[in-house]
Amino acid sequence: MADNGKKIDIEVLRYRPEQEMEPVLQTYTVPFTDDMSVLQGLQHIKDHLDGSLSFRWSCRMAICGSCGMMLNGIPKLSCKTFLSDYYPGKLHIEPLKHFPIERDLVVDASDFISKLEGIKPYIIPKEPRTLEQGEYLQSPKQLEKYEQFSSCINCLLCYAACPQYGLDQKFTGPGVLALLQRYNADSRDDARSDRMEVVNADDGVWGCTLVGYCSEVCPKQVDPAAAVNKNKVNSTMDYFFRFLFPRGGKS
Amino acid sequence: MKKRSNEPVFWSLFGAGGVVVAFILPMLVFITGLAVPLGFLSPEVMAYERIHAFASCWIGKLFILAVISLPLWHAAHRIFLSLHDLGIHWGRTFFKWLCYGLAFLGTLISLILLVVI
Amino acid sequence: MNTRKSYIRPMEGWWLKNPFYIRYMIREATSIFVGIYALVLLTGLVSLSCGEASYNNWLVAMTNPIAILFHLIALAAVIYHTITWFAVAPKVVSPLFIAGTRVPDMFIVAAQYVIAILLYLILFAMVWKV
Repeated sequence: MADNGKKIDIEVLRYRPEQEMEPVLQTYTVPFTDDMSVLQGLQHIKDHLDGSLSFRWSCRMAICGSCGMMLNGIPKLSCKTFLSDYYPGKLHIEPLKHFPIERDLVVDASDFISKLEGIKPYIIPKEPRTLEQGEYLQSPKQLEKYEQFSSCINCLLCYAACPQYGLDQKFTGPGVLALLQRYNADSRDDARSDRMEVVNADDGVWGCTLVGYCSEVCPKQVDPAAAVNKNKVNSTMDYFFRFLFPRGGKS
Repeated sequence: MKKRSNEPVFWSLFGAGGVVVAFILPMLVFITGLAVPLGFLSPEVMAYERIHAFASCWIGKLFILAVISLPLWHAAHRIFLSLHDLGIHWGRTFFKWLCYGLAFLGTLISLILLVVI
Repeated sequence: MNTRKSYIRPMEGWWLKNPFYIRYMIREATSIFVGIYALVLLTGLVSLSCGEASYNNWLVAMTNPIAILFHLIALAAVIYHTITWFAVAPKVVSPLFIAGTRVPDMFIVAAQYVIAILLYLILFAMVWKV
């Protein structure tokens, strides 16, 4: 890593529950090159400046969803964002908003995990297929109906973006509802009516006011706002026509 | 079993209202609130005979009902939800009755008057 | 020993901290002017059913400078409502497929503008020669 002398100030919101009651700010001066990601900046801090700094990361290539954090107030993946984008200004890093801070930049994501489990995030076919029956056949057009929603990497940026989730953690939230739609719209799945209970609840799709910031920040163009609001229509149809279409109709 | 929300009722009215506001109100506000009062359009546009005749026919009644009632439901829903956004978490039941109640009253008054005209 | 003690950050003033949220709150606030305008029309309807003299009083009231100012702001509000409404409406049907082909969200946005401008012109055409 060539040293051309450029340094950036990174201000991190730190929190160590065993030594402080509230988060505190700590600033590090990090030498960097134009090809360095924010994640690499954090790794430099941990490797050379302050080994106590805690943060999640894994793939370094925007597919594992581990490194989400607030960069100057905007939820981003630190591996996908460059330090040079913030230079010569200061980079202010906070853990993902709307989640409890566990330690430093690590948040407690257990609420998301339990909500995800609650929507049966797997294919439940009408009739289970045996190995002898062979694979499911699906046309490109059938794939197109749900493919964008399958791109979700569970990075939680949409939850950090969503003020309704911030105001009330009971809200199911954009990511989980996008994954719900991923399965409902998959031609191999037949469990739409099973998932309607989550959709129809006050904290299902009805917790959303279409702020739309979730889709803005999604690093994978999942468009969770579309998943949620399309299901407002589904939920409304289910509400008024439930006796005509008892199993929930097509997604 | 999670309780089913009744939001679809209010959301449908909100949506219908939003459509009316988007597709009709810009020109309607311009005509009724600016063009006629300021004289850009002839005062005849909103004269008593003309508007009374409009309100006497079916299409006129439906139009007037739509541009009064649906925007009221739209505004009621948005304002009620915005209270929550602003951090006002007390009096939810009171504000819900107030907001939707006003929309309902406005709808009722409009309906009664239009039936009678 | 368990030293876990998660920290929950407050939500006060959340919408002031990001231009996206400010634009959202402005969008929501337009409904105040929508509601008041609907009530203005309602008072017009009430005055209409009370007879010509009463209705003419309402027409005069509409020329009051405060009324003009309100309608100027209301016009800006409903225009902002329309722009933001058309922008997010695709989310309610997305992804949209017609005859198996994906309809881009931009098409849905554009189609709304086409229909809206048509309706505005029809409404205007009905009154401008009066």
